[in-house]
Amino acid sequence: MSTYRTPLSRARGLGSAKHGVGHWISERVAAVALVPLVLWGAYSVILLAQTDYYGAIHWVAQPLNATLTILLIAVSFMHMVAGLRVVIEDYIHKTLTKAALLMLNVFVGGLAGALAIFSILKVALGGA
Amino acid sequence: MAEFRLPKNSRITNGKHWPAQPGSGKTRTFRIYRYDPDSGENPRWDSYEVDTSQCGPMVLDVLIHIKNTIDPTLTFRRSCREGICGSCAMNIAGRNTLACTHGHAECPGDKVAISPLPHMPVVKDLVPDLTLFYAQYASVEPWLQTETPEPQKEWRQDPKDREKLDGLYECILCACCSTSCPSYWWNPEKYLGPAALLHAYRWIIDSRDEATGHRLDELEDPFKLYRCHTIMNCAQVCPKGLNPAKAIAEVKKMLVDRVV
Repeated sequence: MSTYRTPLSRARGLGSAKHGVGHWISERVAAVALVPLVLWGAYSVILLAQTDYYGAIHWVAQPLNATLTILLIAVSFMHMVAGLRVVIEDYIHKTLTKAALLMLNVFVGGLAGALAIFSILKVALGGA
Repeated sequence: MAEFRLPKNSRITNGKHWPAQPGSGKTRTFRIYRYDPDSGENPRWDSYEVDTSQCGPMVLDVLIHIKNTIDPTLTFRRSCREGICGSCAMNIAGRNTLACTHGHAECPGDKVAISPLPHMPVVKDLVPDLTLFYAQYASVEPWLQTETPEPQKEWRQDPKDREKLDGLYECILCACCSTSCPSYWWNPEKYLGPAALLHAYRWIIDSRDEATGHRLDELEDPFKLYRCHTIMNCAQVCPKGLNPAKAIAEVKKMLVDRVV
């Protein structure tokens, strides 16, 4: 090694961030929530495949259907953003590139999620 | 960003072939990673045809046979030859293990490739630089920490509590697990690696230790602990049959216990 830094100093680095358990728990909670939501989503897609455009609009307008669809979208995107964050942290080591990608991840995930939820609300609240 | 090729000075070339000595019986070819920092040359694969009836059953026996009778320049670490010192950890036929407890008959394929532990700086041939690995072990403070005045005799421990250390205290720090872990490959400076984390857990669940909370504090970090994605290479390669991934999972569970 071309540095006089001691090995223990390298191993300790900047010390412990003393956080991480919250992120870990929220990832698991989202995963558990997604099990019934995705099953319900798959069942609904099969159901919707047998109906026409107006049938689908009518289906989305039901309060329970709209709420569960919004939850499915919101939890999926939160789970995706959290998962992609870990992938970026794993593989990208240049500070600027990493920061840019981490922000992009949140922005793209947030935009796509918000757009999807707004669309559901628009249909459910009598638009389309 | 992503690097798709090894750095120029790390690319491995084809080296020397050492044919079997005349009069040899059944031979097997061993392709061995060679690197000499003094030569200024790139690392190379040398292949040796070895009469396996002339040496013992283990890969270490083959290496010693090569060094004694074919090529004395071959460099590797070894000491106890019975799987307790951890010196001869290396990558044999694509798998990190101890050369002294791994039979050459167990190695699949025609040729047996032997290289140093992956993703570590190489000192020479099969000798990796484990400085950071040992420092990471030291950073988990692997000793008993107490504030209660020391008892007249020893710190006492219930046999049931002692049992909790089984499957942990046996670790010989050979580095097979940490150097087989992709998370450790990508973030060696920030992720502590399975070996250091297994030892951290060994002290966290020691009923005699009084620094449990401090130890958990020091581990709760997105990189030091949570880079473990349960890939399980550590448990698969451990030559002592231990399960560092389980120890890491237990630490994660204890951190949840603190807040829930």
